[in-house]
Amino acid sequence: MGVDTGVTLCGIALDNPVIPASGTFGYGYEFAELYDIDCLGSFSFKGTTLEPRLGNDTPRIAECPSGMLNSVGLQNPGVDAVIERELPRLREVFHKPVMANVSGFSVDEYCEVTRRLSESGASDQIGWFEINISCPNVHGGGMSFGTDPCMASDVVKAVRKVTDKALIIKLSPNVTDIVAIAKACEDAGADGISLINTVMGMRFDLRTGKPVLANVTGGLSGPAVLPLALRMVYQVSNAVAIPVVGMGGISSAEDVIEMMIAGASAVEIGAANLVNPYACRDIINKLPEVMQKYGIERLSEVRHG
Amino acid sequence: MKQGIFTVVENTKLTPTTWRMRLEGDVSEVAAPGQFINISLEGHFLRRPISVCDVEYTDQFNREGILTIIYKVLGQGTEEMSSLENGKLLDVLTGLGNGYDLKDAGERPLLIGGGVGIPPLYLAARRLADRGVCSTVILGFNSADEVYYVDEFRELGCEVFTATADGSEGVKGFVTDAFASVPDRSGFTHFYTCGPEPMLRAVYREVYEGAGIKGQMSFEERMGCGFGACMGCSIRTKDGSKRVCKDGPVLRTEEIVWE
Repeated sequence: MGVDTGVTLCGIALDNPVIPASGTFGYGYEFAELYDIDCLGSFSFKGTTLEPRLGNDTPRIAECPSGMLNSVGLQNPGVDAVIERELPRLREVFHKPVMANVSGFSVDEYCEVTRRLSESGASDQIGWFEINISCPNVHGGGMSFGTDPCMASDVVKAVRKVTDKALIIKLSPNVTDIVAIAKACEDAGADGISLINTVMGMRFDLRTGKPVLANVTGGLSGPAVLPLALRMVYQVSNAVAIPVVGMGGISSAEDVIEMMIAGASAVEIGAANLVNPYACRDIINKLPEVMQKYGIERLSEVRHG
Repeated sequence: MKQGIFTVVENTKLTPTTWRMRLEGDVSEVAAPGQFINISLEGHFLRRPISVCDVEYTDQFNREGILTIIYKVLGQGTEEMSSLENGKLLDVLTGLGNGYDLKDAGERPLLIGGGVGIPPLYLAARRLADRGVCSTVILGFNSADEVYYVDEFRELGCEVFTATADGSEGVKGFVTDAFASVPDRSGFTHFYTCGPEPMLRAVYREVYEGAGIKGQMSFEERMGCGFGACMGCSIRTKDGSKRVCKDGPVLRTEEIVWE
């Protein structure tokens, strides 16, 4: 039986639903040295802000049962360097539409970063904007936009005015009612929703009695969060008409299929890339075999009934 | 960088807390001393980054060979490593990090290592010895029962000085105290060091700023991926932000910023 791994995300066809998640794949270049990244469905580049950011103090990483905490804090070279340096380099190694992850500390910043990318010479490389209103590791912005339906709506409405490209809004799981936030984004003009960003967590060092992370708290990712992500993708995809990109703890072809059964139109894979740099390639290679095992002909049709 | 399956061919206790493991597999990506490998352990999400202490080739193409690593049992992961038996297969990423640049060594290099920071200096000393360059080596430990590899450095022809914090062997104090006791200190051409951060700070102050010797220092930081993707281990330098895992772990004294 031949199988079809193709999916469509906001009108753009993908060879497969696998998209490395923002912050785990840089601007693609490190991984392009390891394998041909054109095998990916797409990838979401490192969260980009208006100004360069050095990120939080170290330690920024803590291990957890079946996962990890990070508090990188949006370290990135700033939108102008991304346009001038990173995207031209990426053009040489990736020949598909990329997902541009935009982060910010104000509505104006989200708009300005999106506008500069949209109006740049690299605009043709961008398929979707992923507006990150859910970073748990920065203060005075980031996640606060993603935990209040009105603020989320304000960001989406404003960014909607500066680009014609598809707008995918990346949501935080650190809320009581994820559906209300997702609906507010849909009503404000979003073309898609991606979730989940990391779950806020902590670890302590028994020797010092102090938090392991310099930032005190961090975001939990990895297999530990998969059931939480599946539940939220299920709830949100049942409540909105726009496509949902599912992520959180995916580390196998089986997990990809499970996330799509839950209601995702495509998936992002994050932490798995950090322990196995070939994770996304390996999962893509494995997908047809696992689809055959479960009698799935088209991946785009596995969603629960 | 290369991902490979390695076989444990030795796992022995060197001191009450320090172990040596030898791993057989594809070592073709292991280039400079100071580079590290990243080992996947069952039941642990993140890999364990550990410096390469030595590499020996078992084929004529310098592809297959045996890596030596030396690790200190500090937490659950390294505790479990110490119980691995010969024949155990491990998923390992090799060839990570920049490593020491030995071109700057000159005729009289100084190697300074503290505790579990000593292993990468052994490969540096061996590579320098292969070129006919004899290194002066200063090794620092907490106490005499933690001392290891002094004889191995001497077998390479190195002149070795030791310091222990409690004075139970060598100079009482730190590696910088041992440095102060070395004759003809101004004649050193370059230094290489690895150890805990307080030691690195002291070496920077006494050897670089005090004695005016330039050098290369290997840093340690909690890592996510170990190959430059996650930005988990970035530190500030005079040349901007650098990833300890990919742009380091070795930095030059001239670019270091102490926070």
